[in-house]
Amino acid sequence: MNITFKMDEPVGSSLLDHTRQNVISRPIDRIEGPLKVAGRARYSAEFKFPGMVHGVLVGSTIPAGTITGINETRARALPGVLAVVTDYETFLRNPGQGLETEAPAQGVREIAYFGQPVALVVAETFEAARNAAGALDIAYAPAEARLDFRALQSEARPKESSQKSQGDLDRAMMDAAASIDAVWTTPSQNSAAMEPHASTALWEGDTLIVYGAYQMLSSDRQQLADALGLAPDKVRIIAHYVGGGFGAKLGISQESVAAALAARALNRPVQVVMTRQQVFEATVRRSETIQRVRLAAGADGRLTGIGHETITANLPDEDFSEPASASTQFLYGGEARRFGNSIVTLNQVLSASMRAPGEAVGMLALEGAMDELAEALDIDPVELRKRNLPPRHPMDDLPFSSRSLAECLDHGASAFGWADRNPRPANRREGEWWIGQGMAAAARSNMLITSSARVTLGTDSRALIETDMTDIGTGTYTILAQIAAEMLGLPVEAIDVHLGDTAFPAAAGSGGSFGAASAGTSVYLACKRLRETLAERIGATPEELVLSEGMARRGNAAKPFSELVTEPLVATATVEPGKTEENFVQAAFGAHFAEVGVHVHTGEIRVRRMHGTFAAGRILNEKTARSQCIGGMVFGIGTALTEELVHDTRLGTIVNHDLAEYHLPVHADVPRIDVVFLEERDHAANPLLAKGIGELGISGAGAAIANAVYNACGMRVRDFPLTLDKLIAHLPDPDAVQP
Amino acid sequence: MRAFDYQRPESAEAATRAQSGAEARFIAGGTNLLDLMKLEIETPRTLIDISRLPLDGIAPTEAGGFSIGALVTNAALAADPSVRRLYPVLSRALLAGASGQLRNKATTGGNLLQRTRCYYFYNPATPCNKREPGSGCSAIGGHTRIHAILGTSPHCIATHPSDMAVAMMALEAEVEILGPDGQTRTIPLADLYRLPGDTPHIETSLAPGDLITAVILPPPPPGRQLYRKVRDRASYAFALVSVAAIIAMENGRISAARLAFGGLAPMPWRDREVEALLIGEAPSPALFAAAADRLLATARTEDGNAFKSPLARRTLASVLATACAGNS
Repeated sequence: MNITFKMDEPVGSSLLDHTRQNVISRPIDRIEGPLKVAGRARYSAEFKFPGMVHGVLVGSTIPAGTITGINETRARALPGVLAVVTDYETFLRNPGQGLETEAPAQGVREIAYFGQPVALVVAETFEAARNAAGALDIAYAPAEARLDFRALQSEARPKESSQKSQGDLDRAMMDAAASIDAVWTTPSQNSAAMEPHASTALWEGDTLIVYGAYQMLSSDRQQLADALGLAPDKVRIIAHYVGGGFGAKLGISQESVAAALAARALNRPVQVVMTRQQVFEATVRRSETIQRVRLAAGADGRLTGIGHETITANLPDEDFSEPASASTQFLYGGEARRFGNSIVTLNQVLSASMRAPGEAVGMLALEGAMDELAEALDIDPVELRKRNLPPRHPMDDLPFSSRSLAECLDHGASAFGWADRNPRPANRREGEWWIGQGMAAAARSNMLITSSARVTLGTDSRALIETDMTDIGTGTYTILAQIAAEMLGLPVEAIDVHLGDTAFPAAAGSGGSFGAASAGTSVYLACKRLRETLAERIGATPEELVLSEGMARRGNAAKPFSELVTEPLVATATVEPGKTEENFVQAAFGAHFAEVGVHVHTGEIRVRRMHGTFAAGRILNEKTARSQCIGGMVFGIGTALTEELVHDTRLGTIVNHDLAEYHLPVHADVPRIDVVFLEERDHAANPLLAKGIGELGISGAGAAIANAVYNACGMRVRDFPLTLDKLIAHLPDPDAVQP
Repeated sequence: MRAFDYQRPESAEAATRAQSGAEARFIAGGTNLLDLMKLEIETPRTLIDISRLPLDGIAPTEAGGFSIGALVTNAALAADPSVRRLYPVLSRALLAGASGQLRNKATTGGNLLQRTRCYYFYNPATPCNKREPGSGCSAIGGHTRIHAILGTSPHCIATHPSDMAVAMMALEAEVEILGPDGQTRTIPLADLYRLPGDTPHIETSLAPGDLITAVILPPPPPGRQLYRKVRDRASYAFALVSVAAIIAMENGRISAARLAFGGLAPMPWRDREVEALLIGEAPSPALFAAAADRLLATARTEDGNAFKSPLARRTLASVLATACAGNS
């Protein structure tokens, strides 16, 4: 039984609102949790095979130039070394972007950035391979490198597809009762997933099997096959568990191709695990941005114009550009509008999708500007936002599929106690701390990506879900089991979920906040098909059918599955995006509130509490969804206050290429965080009526913190992260300000 | 990591004899050394494991202080009831450092001898005079957020990253050293460290075979003890500026003052002229400013660490105000 469903029309209702099993949405624990805490969930670098050997990548020590020769003598002489694998043409120069189906940039004789992997040293042990990697002598002809983003910003080339304009923004700015025209800058960042990039490769005949730490297996398989000149069905990628990705594992990275080549050359399984430094130097980063935001408003606070223009950086021949204005384009109204990106070519590691590409840094600028506008007009920041919610998309004239933003703003303000905030900055002091409060809206586009799943209802009243969807720590195993349990009237414990293997039907993968809704819909559709079969078997219409406790019922008649299912029932379903994505603006929304302390002497900033109210359609599991939002808000702390990937503009090196010096928030930086979900259904999104939530928590969170910093100490810093050195020169005299 | 030989001598004396040969390193907690070996910044031919030697006791001294065995872990030292009661500056400094896991492994002796966290020292692809004498300093002119502004040289601007050592400097701790000749000597902690000058690769006055066996704390000095660490996040970050302060007041005036600073210099930094300037004076913002002027008189900054001057100034003012308030 194969069915395909295309999302061309809004769905009237979802079975999930009628099955009444009280399983969907319940905040149950992750079903794979016990495996993880017991160390029995195996990650890509934890697979061991007979004869397996270890490879360590060797990175370039110049940022631009050409390899003139590799001398293997010293490396090969070391104990345990088996091979130095080089393949100038086939090795990946760059990692892949998400959803691409062709190989990423290949060819490593030319050096495009410091740390670019150019060879693989293989040895009996990881330690021997690492030792020998350091002894590989590589000669280079260096070329002039482009390393200084800010110095080169005037050379940025426009990205044509991103340029959008409506009306006359310059005129609107001139005629405005109040306007903001300022530049925000955000630094280079790294996803910093806990699990490093890793691949374990082995060949079975002419088929390559890679245990790889990847987020989107079906497209990753195509990338890997293309890179190696194989047919996609000769490549199998397995990733049962992924230790975080945050965008850095959307496409394949260099270790997979190197491991595959080495495994073929040596005819042994080869495991390649990137070092932490290599993860920083050679995988994926978020570009630094320079964002100019313009707001023009009347005295009533209604926007008459809005502009959001962004300069980003990327490697030569790469055109991904951080879409900082993504949500700006539909979040607020204003007739005159201008958006666009331009790209500076840099010899720095690939810029690609990382943690809410666009909103994570774009909302810092937009929502900072809105805070400044609110102050200029003496309008409450919550009220200013509510006054500017457009009835339809301001440029495309499309309706919103669902948008509970005003409700989120009101609920969040009330729950946080926003009414008690003193709008005058540097006016509340507790001991040596100025206290401030800030808020920001949250918005993140919703997407549906083609996704398939197979559901088998066994003769033992258990169901099996199979799809190559991944669980990157988000709760996919759990929500898919909940959807099937709810649909089939089985306990969650009776659902087996097998993920992360391209031998299963191809799924959307984890990325862009679309994983749960896309993969979840395929499971829903397959279960719906199974319900139809069960209905036929007890002579009921699908509408009459009630499934619960392993029984199929029609009115007072009931039969156990064990009588109805004598052979396993299999349904495979595919969901595809359709016209609803063209006919509606789809996004999840929310409101962030934050309270911070700024130390009056040192300028240290500590977040004291955060609140987020979100609406994202149906919430599939209130616990995993809440955890996702909390995680996003924690990354919001990092985005606002601590994270900065530092590139040495002389040497091309990444200065802070480890987790000691690349500062993510630690436990002590994270205060109490409250998360509330408002009830919502989105009928244009998918048959689950759910919207993506993975990136909603970070969108706007950092802006709420930055706005709170201003409220605390009166310092408006537009250069992120807000480290104390940017405050200290301008802090008011602590002895002059009395509480 | 290069291959190495491993030895586990039965006594401290045997350990010192073993280490006096070339290219051998003692290893105890290994929290810094192993990282450096993985990056091949340290490439010892021999590791001499001292972790099981009986140097893990904390004992009162006849002088009224305490002797802390070199192998006492940072966690144990921070939690010791006598240390918490009599030397709170030390306990607080320890707890401000590293993470719980690291403090459980890191030892007193090893903490004193940890290497700088200079980013460029840790990247073998870049020149570093400390790593390869004469190759140049990549930090100067580079990213210097965590670098020193006092006691530097044109050859090196790295900081010593310890918190513990800053508190011990304020406590006027001494270091007990067993030499390969079997003789034990005791030197002030301040004399353990050397400023970089034109030999930044030589960081201490220890000779080959010298083994730190204990840190001797004198009797606790009078006054209120504070440790204040300013850093880029609330935990697990090295100090941008830290201050260990021991301040006694009499009749509204500062009667005794000891100040040591972290994050500013290649060694835990103490400036007795700053202390002398405070003693006998009534606390005031002007006095604290004068103390900061004195402290920073010789500061030499780069673009990236120039903020440390105002930060040190303001942190010192905050610490002194707190130490003097409610302290009579």
